[in-house]
Amino acid sequence: MIVAEQKPLVEIAERIKEANKVLIVGCSMCVTVCLAGGEKEVGVLAAALRLLRAQTGRSLETVEYTATRQCDQEYLEAMAKIVTPDIDLIISMACGVGVQYVAERFDQWTIPALNTKLIGGTLEHGVWEERCGLCGDCVLHKTGGICPIIRCSKSILNGPCGGSQNGKCEISPTTPCAWQLIYDKMAKLGKLEALLTIEPVKDWSKARDGGPRRVVKEDVAL
Amino acid sequence: MSKLKKMFEAGQFVVTGEVGPPKSADGEVVRHHAAMLNEYVDGVNLTDNQTAIVRLSSIAAAVHVLQTGGEPVMQMTCRDRNRIGIQSDLLGAYSLGVKNVLCLSGDHQSFGNHGTSKNVFDIDSIQLIQTVKNMRDERQFLCGEEIKDHEPRFFIGCVANPFADPFEWRVLRLEKKINAGAEFVQTQCILDMERFELFMAKVRERGLHEKAYIMAGLMPLKSWRAAAYMQKNVAGMLVADELIERMKKAANPKEEGVKICVEQIKHIRQIPGVKGVHIMAVNWEEIVPAIAEQAGLLPRPQLV
Amino acid sequence: MNDWHPKIVAFCCYYCAYAAADLAGSLRLQYPANVRMVEQPCSGKIDPLILLRAFEEGADGVYVAACVEGDCHFLKGNIRAKQRVHQLKRLLDEIGIGGQRLEMYNLSSSMGSRFAEVAREFTARIRSLGPSPVNPENIKPAVRLTEEKR
Repeated sequence: MIVAEQKPLVEIAERIKEANKVLIVGCSMCVTVCLAGGEKEVGVLAAALRLLRAQTGRSLETVEYTATRQCDQEYLEAMAKIVTPDIDLIISMACGVGVQYVAERFDQWTIPALNTKLIGGTLEHGVWEERCGLCGDCVLHKTGGICPIIRCSKSILNGPCGGSQNGKCEISPTTPCAWQLIYDKMAKLGKLEALLTIEPVKDWSKARDGGPRRVVKEDVAL
Repeated sequence: MSKLKKMFEAGQFVVTGEVGPPKSADGEVVRHHAAMLNEYVDGVNLTDNQTAIVRLSSIAAAVHVLQTGGEPVMQMTCRDRNRIGIQSDLLGAYSLGVKNVLCLSGDHQSFGNHGTSKNVFDIDSIQLIQTVKNMRDERQFLCGEEIKDHEPRFFIGCVANPFADPFEWRVLRLEKKINAGAEFVQTQCILDMERFELFMAKVRERGLHEKAYIMAGLMPLKSWRAAAYMQKNVAGMLVADELIERMKKAANPKEEGVKICVEQIKHIRQIPGVKGVHIMAVNWEEIVPAIAEQAGLLPRPQLV
Repeated sequence: MNDWHPKIVAFCCYYCAYAAADLAGSLRLQYPANVRMVEQPCSGKIDPLILLRAFEEGADGVYVAACVEGDCHFLKGNIRAKQRVHQLKRLLDEIGIGGQRLEMYNLSSSMGSRFAEVAREFTARIRSLGPSPVNPENIKPAVRLTEEKR
């Protein structure tokens, strides 16, 4: 899933200081699971912004709403009714995708409340870790199911580099060395031999380096 | 042809030094240090924005070394440029007379003074070695396009770190580098001789010492604190406790550091398969002549 | 200022603090009358939204009274409450209300005098901090709309 975290409150407050009435839109997908932009977080942000504003002697009107999915026009249509002209600004609590969909669909200025961080999974309650680099050309079958593109801080395809020690990456003692993990897993699988083959240079044109990407599934595209 | 390569081929025990380019556009500093080293070493390494701190480029520094009559070994990392930039710089450096290149991944930018920068790592160090070799032997760019004339004919070096993990994989990764085209190897500085000997034993087991010229990396210590710092804080470093203790007890730590380095060189010359030493005395370049002298490495042989 | 009585809301766990308050009452222990208690089935029920709501409605200080660690009737409710209070203190700092206006206390049902002491202690703290910077008149009620199901 996409993992995001909220921007500092004062930063959001500063951006909305001209507005009298704001619509705060949450999303029930990924950002609900990672506790960044679901219904509950919408409520807390709305209350926090009201309390902040109240101290300036003015008040802030908030409308709270949570869409099933902000990255889907269908749900934005369902929301159209509540985006009345008296709303000065929309705060989207979705990932960067949702913010763009909302901004595209409505005339109001739309601002992000979150920083979209990574594609990853839950390590433990409240902890999420990056797992996919969206390179467009998956190599997990070669690396024991551990992604060197995103989990190695240098995206090395023939690792590990000389900075791997005690299972940790050179950049920090809390970052596992992806290539140590790959090595251990391949050893367990009895496939270490495969790592002796030099992995050729990667075709990054399949990643974002090739320009913005689009996926088309022709049998369902009308 | 690379003088360094000739030295190896002539069967000489090769000595190289290192100069860290300045954090300014002052080429004189590089020339000064190179001039100081040239008589005592067979080649001078020029680091490529070491620890991700912006410095005068290794290509330009290599040219300054050439101007003093020295033999530059240009380091090139994968951190700061993509395959377009890398190949372009290889062409440029060779056109200026640089004959040796040392291929590395490069320290992560978070170590340096531009921690907010974007890193590149389009290709990794092994792919870089392969690229340099293909440009030379197949006269091909990475994309497969032909280099019609004046292909760069570098003597290709790589690094190996016997002190990083997983240890068992370190020799095999060196083998990958040699298979990719590395002809000489510089190791991470040795401050744990036992581990290095273990590494060399495995290197000999795989016959790698006959496929590439292996140089042992050495760093003269100035103080016990420096050693203790590296033991604790530098990823991929092992420092033997005895070394720290010995430096601690020394009445004159700098002298002791030189003494240790000289002993290491004498010891390393006895390890089968080691073809030279690379002395990394960055910010202490002036000590290299004394080390070379005391280790019996002088005078450096002259090639005809 | 001396006769100012801060509005304080105490979210009290039914299994400890709420009972302790009863005990304090039967023991005729004096504690400030400005502390308004809200009974909770467990301190783990408290939620940033409820606590913020108290501040929106004009509270000058809020505290959560939970069971002693290790003694939660629902095992970990008080630990969760502790983490939430800790987090919310930071948010209150960001908001400008100040994290000192929120506190967490642990006590058992037998600690009637401790309950009174906590009430006095916290009231004294809020008195020294002065009134909340938030004027409830400047708070517009929350409007919550839900997606229409098709």
